[in-house]
Formats: sequence, structure tokens, C-alpha cells
Amino acid sequence: MFSYDLLLNAVTAGLLLGGFYAAVTVGVSISFGILDIVNIAHPAFIILGSYIAYFFGAKFGLDPILTSIIALPAFYALGAVIYQVYYLSFEKHGQDSLRGLAFFFGILFITEVSLILVFGVDYRYVQAGYIETTWHIGFVDVPLRMLVPCLMSLLMLAALQLFLTRTFTGRAIMAVSQDQLALQLMGADPIRIKRIAFAISIATASLAGAFLIVIQPVEPSIGREYIGRVFAICVLGGLGSLPGMLLAAMLLGIIESFTATFYGPSWAPAVSFGILLLTLAFRPAGLMGR
Amino acid sequence: MRTPLFIVLGAVVAALVFAGARLVGNDYVFFAGYTVLQFVVLATAWNILGGYTGYVNFGTAAFFALGAYSTVFFHKLYPLPIPLLVVVGAAVSGLVGLGMGYLTLRLRGAFFAIATLALAIVLQTLVVNWDYVGGSRGAYVIRPAEDPVLHLPYIQYLFLVMLVLALIAVVTARTIEHSKLGYGFATIRDDELAAEASGVPTLKLKLIATVISGALMGMAGAPFPYYIGYLQPASAFALEYAVNSIAMPMIGGTTTWFGPLIGAILLGSLQQITTVTISSAVNLLIVGVLLVAFVIVAPNGLVGLWQRLFSKR
Repeated sequence: MFSYDLLLNAVTAGLLLGGFYAAVTVGVSISFGILDIVNIAHPAFIILGSYIAYFFGAKFGLDPILTSIIALPAFYALGAVIYQVYYLSFEKHGQDSLRGLAFFFGILFITEVSLILVFGVDYRYVQAGYIETTWHIGFVDVPLRMLVPCLMSLLMLAALQLFLTRTFTGRAIMAVSQDQLALQLMGADPIRIKRIAFAISIATASLAGAFLIVIQPVEPSIGREYIGRVFAICVLGGLGSLPGMLLAAMLLGIIESFTATFYGPSWAPAVSFGILLLTLAFRPAGLMGR
Repeated sequence: MRTPLFIVLGAVVAALVFAGARLVGNDYVFFAGYTVLQFVVLATAWNILGGYTGYVNFGTAAFFALGAYSTVFFHKLYPLPIPLLVVVGAAVSGLVGLGMGYLTLRLRGAFFAIATLALAIVLQTLVVNWDYVGGSRGAYVIRPAEDPVLHLPYIQYLFLVMLVLALIAVVTARTIEHSKLGYGFATIRDDELAAEASGVPTLKLKLIATVISGALMGMAGAPFPYYIGYLQPASAFALEYAVNSIAMPMIGGTTTWFGPLIGAILLGSLQQITTVTISSAVNLLIVGVLLVAFVIVAPNGLVGLWQRLFSKR
């Protein structure tokens, strides 16, 4: 019993989901892909973003995405502080792998438990005019709660890509992982460049968090489900390549949407891990890696 | 100290601990003690891979749950005695460790770490979808009143089993540390490229470490369903296992067998106390904060602090 409208709906849902996944992953693409900092705490910051959107929505009736844009400077500052601690404690001494990972794991855990202590373990959701609406185009359903985050995410990605390829600071960020000395000779301070880049990567979590809570209700430990996804997309796309990452995000979105449609949603978390393992085993450079 | 002497000494200490717990005569001592001993096994197991070779495993919960769910599976199929279940749990977890290690250990350490983190989520998905072992509802495993051999109350028997497992784990770690294998592991930790260039079979050594570490974690998980009585995916795959098994060696010190042991005893006991006196969420927050603080301030843990204070330079 195979129907084309089911298939078409699954593809649409997958593309919309993929656009959102790109917003979730772009921070890791910058921190892990470009700066080589294994920030496994990134999903926890996304959940933090969700809760900030929830808090201001419930308290002052602010739109979740608007809230996340207002919160960008705060997340940027948080990212700068974390990078400074990370740099002074680990990167400076050169032996950052084991302890750096444990450091971010601890931060992930502290963020999650703090959110539980403050907000409890109940699911939280937000209200906005577009969340309840669904457009019907032919027999394809386009829920606005998926479309709005997807479009906003593409907008953010385009802005970041322009920033990374067209501005001096952006190009310096792309260069910092390749040759720090050469960058210094160009008159840029590598530590400052890395701090800016890491702060930007955390700032994206504010937006991604708002998208997440628009799409679905959120509870503090939900971030863990995104760890596998985020790194699967990042590796599959080729580390440090934003267009590759977007392609991989769309691909994972479609595959997960198919799994959910044809096998059941409870299997979806396993998909990303399968993809991650296969990529690591057969093509560690990713789809668009060098 | 030679290994046989160390084993005898360890057995004496274990016997004293068991006798002491029986002297107190309160069941709570055995329930709390079991948890602390379980963390001794998990922390020591984690350290064999993480501390000795420098490869971070975030999937302690996955290996632990593999052992626990093997037990649930056999409990439904044909109940086996616990020592046999421990062997089964070790075999299952060891094999999964081997498979995953083979796919990811050839790459940079970060990839292995990420893969282990994702492994826990996928195995949880599998268990949630597997109705035979209870699915998302969980499974009841009724604890018998007393064990068939020594006729001890069952919780005392479980405590004794975990005590033996802790002894096995510590002896294994110490033996590795003083063997050729341990020196091989250390070369990987210090400079893998140089080790590979000097002819150290790094992939083989990393796989051995992953299998031993995973098997010990599976062993720790095997008696768990009988301890808890009702096993559900969320409790078997809880992130606190991963956090604790990393925090304990980091706080104790990662380069010796003594570090995870002291870390597990201190942090494990502290957690028992805070869970009872404050709340379990606050207790987890303390673990997280201690982990971050120790990683930044005392990179070599308590053992490192001790050496810094008392070494004569």
C-alpha cells in the first residue's frame, strides 16, 4: 500500500526538518568543524535557548524567535567566557583532548541539571500565532511551526556563510584552524579570532533553541537526542563546510522523516547514529570534505 | 608488590568490608554500599580506556545497560545464577565495544568519544522498541528472598557479588598498569603518532582496552536488575553513569589504579549522603561542578595533588 501523497508529505516534512537541523548544527560546524573544539555541550545551550524563549514568552508574551534575537548578545558573551576558560585551562597547554572533552561534558551536565532544578522535568511549550496554522498546498501539508524555523534557519545560514567568506574576520576564522602563524603575520590575533568564532557558535544556539521550542515541547534532557544528530550531520557534511552541512542536514531530515512515516517515530533517533557510524567507517571526510 | 600478594591483600580488605557491613546489620548499608561498589567497578573500567590510553568513552551507560538488559533477557527466557549472568553481560558488552572500536578507533579520539555518546541513545532506542525486555514500560525482576548457595539475604548476596567484581576490576587495572600492555597504553596516551612509528600496534592495543573496559562495565550492569527490582530504559541508560564514571577517575587521578578507586569511594559516598539529606538533583549538580572544577584546577586529581604536596623536589 504505497501512496504518492504520503511520500510527498514525507519529503516535505524531511526538508523542513532538515532546515531546522541545519540551525541546530551550524554552531557545532563552527566550533568542532572549524576551530577543532569538541563542544559536546552545544545541545545543552540550545535547550537553554529554548527555556529562555519559554520564560519570556510565558512572562511577557514575547514571540519566541524575537526573544532569541534579543538574547543573542547574552549568548555571545557566554560563548566568549567559555572559550576564555577553555583556552586558559586546556588549549594553552596543548594537551586538551581528554580534559577538554570532560570539561564540556561537565558543562552539558551542569546546564541540564540546573534547568531541572529551576524549571522541573515537565514539558514546556510556547504560544505564537503561527504555531497552530497549517497551509495545504495540493495534498501536501506545510505546518507553519516547521516552515518558520526552517526559513529563519536558512536566513541565518546565508548570513553566516556571507560573513565567513566576505569579511576579514570571517576569512580569518576560516584560516585560524589551518595556520595560526600565517594569520598572525596578517595582523590578526588568533586567540581573539577563535574567541569571536566560538562566541558566534554559542550565539546560534539561542536561535536554534527558539526554533526547537516552536517545533515541539521541550524538557531539559531532550538535548541529548540532538548530540548524535548534530555530530552525524557535521561529520557527514564535511567538517567546516556550511553548504555541505546544510546538504547533510536535509538528507538526515528526509531519512528520519521516512523512518518516522514508514516504521514509526520511536525509531528515528537510531537513524542518525547509523549514519554517523557509516560515515566514520567509510568516508570520514564527509560528503563535501576536502 | 607482586600481583598474587596484592590479590590476597585485596581479598582480605574485601572480607573486612563485608564483615564490617554485616556487623552494622542495617540493610541500608548494603543498598548504599552496593551503589558505591558499582561505581568502583565503573570508574575503574572507564579508566582502563580513558585514563590509560586517553580515549574518552561517554557511553558508560550503554555498556552498563547492555549487561543489565542481558540479565532481563535471560530472566524472561531461563533464569541463570548471577555469576553466569555476569559472564554473559561481560561478553555482550565486550563484543559491542569491539565492534564500535573497530569502526571508530582508527580516527581521531574525538570521533570515538562522539560515537560512544550516540551509542547510548541508539541502544536506548532499540530497547524501547523491544517488547520482550519490557520496551518503554520497563520490566519487573523479582528479587528472591535469599541466594541458593550461601543462604544470605539477597541484598547481602548482591553486595558480595559487587564486592568481588570491584576486586576483579581493581586487580585487572593494576595488573595492566604494571605490564607490557600498560606501557603500550601509556605510549598511545602520550604520543600516538610516535608510538605507531616506533612499531607499537596502536589499533590492536586500543581495541584490547575498549573490550576490557566495556566488559567490566557490562559485568557491573548484570546484577543491577535484581538490585533495582524494576528496570526501565531511562534508569538503565541514565546519563549519571557516564558522568560519574568520568568524574570519579578525574577527581581521583587518571594515571593509576588508585585514582578511580579513591574517587569512586569518596564521590560515591558523598552522593549517597547528599541524595538522602538534600535531593538527587542537587547531588548530580555537585558531581558536575566537581568534575569541571577538578579538570580545570587539579588536572591530575587527588593523587596528583597529593604528589605535589608531599614530593621532595
